[in-house]
Amino acid sequence: MHLGHPHDHAAPAVSADATRPDGSRRALRIGLGGPVGSGKTATVAALCRALRDRLSLAVVTNDIYTREDAEFLLRHAVLPPERIAAVETGACPHTAIRDDISANLEAVEDLEEAVGPLDLILVESGGDNLTATFSRGLVDAQVFVIDVAGGDDIPRKGGPGVTTADLLVVNKTDLAPYVGSDLDRMARDAREQRGDLPVVFTSLTGEDGVAPVADWVRERLAAWTSAGAA
Amino acid sequence: MSRSALLVLADGRFPAGGHAHSGGAEPAVRAGRIKDAADLERFCRGRLHTTGLTAAALAAAAALGHDPAALDAAADARTPSPALRAAARRLGRQLMRAARTAWPAAELDALAEAFPRGAHQPVVLGTAARAAGLGPEDAAHCAAYETVSGPATAAVRLLGLDPFQATAVLARLAPDTDDVAARATAAARRGVDALPAASAPLLDITAEQHAAWPVRLFAS
Repeated sequence: MHLGHPHDHAAPAVSADATRPDGSRRALRIGLGGPVGSGKTATVAALCRALRDRLSLAVVTNDIYTREDAEFLLRHAVLPPERIAAVETGACPHTAIRDDISANLEAVEDLEEAVGPLDLILVESGGDNLTATFSRGLVDAQVFVIDVAGGDDIPRKGGPGVTTADLLVVNKTDLAPYVGSDLDRMARDAREQRGDLPVVFTSLTGEDGVAPVADWVRERLAAWTSAGAA
Repeated sequence: MSRSALLVLADGRFPAGGHAHSGGAEPAVRAGRIKDAADLERFCRGRLHTTGLTAAALAAAAALGHDPAALDAAADARTPSPALRAAARRLGRQLMRAARTAWPAAELDALAEAFPRGAHQPVVLGTAARAAGLGPEDAAHCAAYETVSGPATAAVRLLGLDPFQATAVLARLAPDTDDVAARATAAARRGVDALPAASAPLLDITAEQHAAWPVRLFAS
């Protein structure tokens, strides 16, 4: 056996390969990141409820403290327990989604193997700061969730999450009058930072409040599926 | 050997999952056994000369080309804690992914195929070192150094320990680390049956307790 020779059989997925080792197309992976308390887990839960009847779904959570977010999803029974996996991050949630994605890749692959075939895997980051973004080796698209109560100057401040995420969600619009946040200003600032990248405003307390995010996810999934068929 | 390849493999930023593990530091901090840099140094020295020696010898043996399945069984026999076995296999699987991308090699492919859920991390480490063109001393140094660098980084996060002091601990341990790597390599050259079986029972016990904590920062 000679070292350093190229593989003679199909290399297994080591990163973001679009196919699984058996050649089938893998699930679309969407990452959700954002500051603590902005509503990432609530958004994931609402997305699961909105999409689970039509799609085969799974969720990976990256808690700062072990299984808090995973347990929230379990308690609210948004998906069967075997479709939810928790990754531990050693107090560095941004490392697990960006610099060293190995544990998250194992989690998504294990879910596909255990409960697949899957259409969509949501990877939720632990609550982090405005610089947290997902590696393209882990997810195909990422959503950044902020909220109006965190300050209406967050879109203006920018940062990689706000400026580069494929979708910016401004959550808790129902609180805007109480915290003195100017939604028009947030929308204007976001447009300035993000150019043509989409921004949606949500209030998850309202009827079907997650619809703008769910619609965007369906569009991404349609694009992913047709790219595989092409 | 390529010294630069060794730096790549030993780099704390090598994406192989280590950042989520404290090497026993989290339960030791909680129990009050690590409160400052001096405690950290004693903890790391103990870990280095026990599980560190064992891990380094396994890594050196894998780098020498000993049968990885036999080495994996030897690692299992030297790891009484089920939680630490699970952590070692998980880390082995994560390291395998990074190593196969960095240094594609038939021996890594074969090991991954034989252990789809992960072989023990030191065995993968030694095989990765071999694929990178490194020798048994290099693999032993990597394994020994990881034994102390993991807890040191974790202590910085858990205690707010001065990072300069934590790094100074690692520097002061360098002669011990060299010594452990040399002893591990010598043992590995004598064969699988001559591998050391040093262990730290308190680390095994606290690893089991830690795995049952409902709230923790590190996976192990």
